[in-house]
Amino acid sequence: MSLPPPMAVDDNAPEARLGAPADGASALELTDAGGLAKTPMWRIRWRLFRRSIGTMWALFSENRLGMFGLGLILLFAVMAISHPILMATVWDPGVYDPVNGYDAVVTEYTVVEEITDPLTEIDLQTARLRLNPTIKPGAVVSIPTQPAPPTISGENPHYLGTDAQGRDILSQLLYSTRSAFFLGAVAAFTTVFIATAVGAIAAYFGGWIDGGLMRFADLILLMPLLPVLIVLSAVFEMTMVLLGLIIGVLSGFGGVAIVLKSQALAVTVKSYVDAARVAGGSDWHVIFRHIIPNVLPLSFLFMMFGVTDAIAIESTLSFFGLLNVPMTWGIMINSAQNNGYLLSGTSFWWLLFPAGLAVSFLCFAFFLVGRGMDEVINPRLRAR
Amino acid sequence: MFKFLLGRLVQMAILFVVFLSLVWLLLQAMPGDISDTLVGNPSIPLSVRLELRESLGLSQPLHIQYLTYITNFFRGELGVSFSRYPQDVSAILWTALPRTLVLFLSATLLAFWLGFKTGKLIAWGRGAGSEKGLIVTGIFLQTVFYPWFAIVMLWTFGFFFGWFPIGRFIDARLWQGSPFNANEIFGQMIVSVIIATVIYVIGRYLIKRYARDIVTQTRLGQGLAAICVGALVLFWWLHPAAVYVADIAHHTMLPVMTLGLVAFGATMLLTRSAMLETLGEDYILTARAKGLPDRVIRDHHAARNAMLPVTTSLVLALAFVIGGGIVTETIFSWPGMGLIFLQAINVSDIPLAVGALSITGVLALFGHLLADILYAVLDPRIRVA
Repeated sequence: MSLPPPMAVDDNAPEARLGAPADGASALELTDAGGLAKTPMWRIRWRLFRRSIGTMWALFSENRLGMFGLGLILLFAVMAISHPILMATVWDPGVYDPVNGYDAVVTEYTVVEEITDPLTEIDLQTARLRLNPTIKPGAVVSIPTQPAPPTISGENPHYLGTDAQGRDILSQLLYSTRSAFFLGAVAAFTTVFIATAVGAIAAYFGGWIDGGLMRFADLILLMPLLPVLIVLSAVFEMTMVLLGLIIGVLSGFGGVAIVLKSQALAVTVKSYVDAARVAGGSDWHVIFRHIIPNVLPLSFLFMMFGVTDAIAIESTLSFFGLLNVPMTWGIMINSAQNNGYLLSGTSFWWLLFPAGLAVSFLCFAFFLVGRGMDEVINPRLRAR
Repeated sequence: MFKFLLGRLVQMAILFVVFLSLVWLLLQAMPGDISDTLVGNPSIPLSVRLELRESLGLSQPLHIQYLTYITNFFRGELGVSFSRYPQDVSAILWTALPRTLVLFLSATLLAFWLGFKTGKLIAWGRGAGSEKGLIVTGIFLQTVFYPWFAIVMLWTFGFFFGWFPIGRFIDARLWQGSPFNANEIFGQMIVSVIIATVIYVIGRYLIKRYARDIVTQTRLGQGLAAICVGALVLFWWLHPAAVYVADIAHHTMLPVMTLGLVAFGATMLLTRSAMLETLGEDYILTARAKGLPDRVIRDHHAARNAMLPVTTSLVLALAFVIGGGIVTETIFSWPGMGLIFLQAINVSDIPLAVGALSITGVLALFGHLLADILYAVLDPRIRVA
């Protein structure tokens, strides 16, 4: 049988043939000048990768809500970075430390009269004064008021006021942003790592491996997440890393694995998987080179939703005071509750609103980005 | 169908035993037991605490405790609560479960109904000005920090406007010296609502069977709904316990509203995306080509298929009764399963905690089964042979 001779381009370089890689690491390409040049394989891959990212970005950037979410995430990232910088430069650690800082707004009062009738209704401050026998009418006493409302001037301004222990709210808010990002990242990466592996393996091998993994997923879906985490926080000393890992493992083996498995199943039956197997690719080669790359976009989507869930769960647990961490948004609300400001509403707004809105908006932002990515991956959702 | 159900039931039973054992072991792994919560009390010496451990069977080896628990569990004995000593776990759970279920079912059903209607309309009128606003509201409700949201709701409507009582299930001052038992009245309220619902469902079925066209069907359906609600209200209005019933209903409203708003956002978004997928199908185009009115296409061709994922999420929400209940019930001081579970965990009351979790497990298992069956009912394509 005779094959047409391969098109020779350069007689001096007989191995240079169009379309056939000269070796594993490089390929020949037409250059702008019209000639041919050897291009390393990684550069070609990089260019293709950049091009697909570019297309995705173009689609994503059309989604105004998604872009808004991305902007919010960047804003939170700036907040997270700014805390250590501010602590190192402007803020005095003794005053602004999120856990141990203290600053009191001291007001001087002149004692007007002595209340002798024990049945007179008096406030807490007056009651404290009455218990102090050295204070007589006419004396000047200085009383620290906590929580103090926001101040924008003075030696140590507290732009969002202080809490009931005299700690700066803004500092707590910025400090907690970092741990929220950290937790979200740990949980989301763990989830996606496990779920992608479980989904791809279950879909590719099928049989008892699939059955076992999916029954395990059912079992985990059966467990109510919040109660289980409450029990676990009684068993272990819950730190951010541990909590992130636990949330990641539970959701990675549970619901997300089931969704990614069905996606992987759709890839497994494609003809290029058969081709790869016929060409002699091993099981793991097929899984890592063909199945997982095709499941990855969906995995990234679940990463975004995973961050939302993890932050919401962490905040709820620390709202109940079950985590062994110095400061989070949930702990800020928890301490407002413990000090009796839960129903203070707008009169002590700086205790409840910054922390509550921060959790809500960060979850909101990641959810919006996830939705935007969903529209990129799933063309049916796009506007007509 | 029968074989499928039987297989599923066997699978569910195995899964449940594994779940129960896992939960029991996890709770045993908690440091300390009930006697350790008495350490701080100087009038209780060590010998008494050891005696307490002995009498509760906590000093036995772990595997014997486990076997005793599991065998008793399947005999229907959930044991005695440690922290509320002479009370049976099943008795405690039996009073708490209806409260939680009512809270959840009414909130989810309300949210499902409203969310489905809204989601359907915004998917149909895609691009309308109100769409963006509703979507953003929906996403915000879905991602809002729930404990904070509940606090804000409680403050706004309970404290600032004063429309609703601040937490709790009943007003103790009103019920003091009342001839009625709150739990019995609550049970009767549930039964009356169930009867009214059954009558409504049967009536709807008859209307669908015998009424000629869709317009008559809709009108008759609305009339029937009004009659059922009216009869229910009238019955309790004339009932001797009317004041007390109104008190319970009044206490129920705010938690239901809070929980319902959050579920509303999620249902609306889910319906919208499901509707958008169905609207692209060929049979919608066919229905349009046939010249069917828009309303019929929207409600009977598109919405019925969009119902599938929404129904599943509704049924699966049952599994989260305790999980979601913990937050709602803590903030509204609602004495249901979630609050009882949290209290049981805090004092290492293992029988009560396992009992509460086992009920969640049963609910979740049957929720999954119900979801599968409903799926087959709603979508003939995946009906199991």
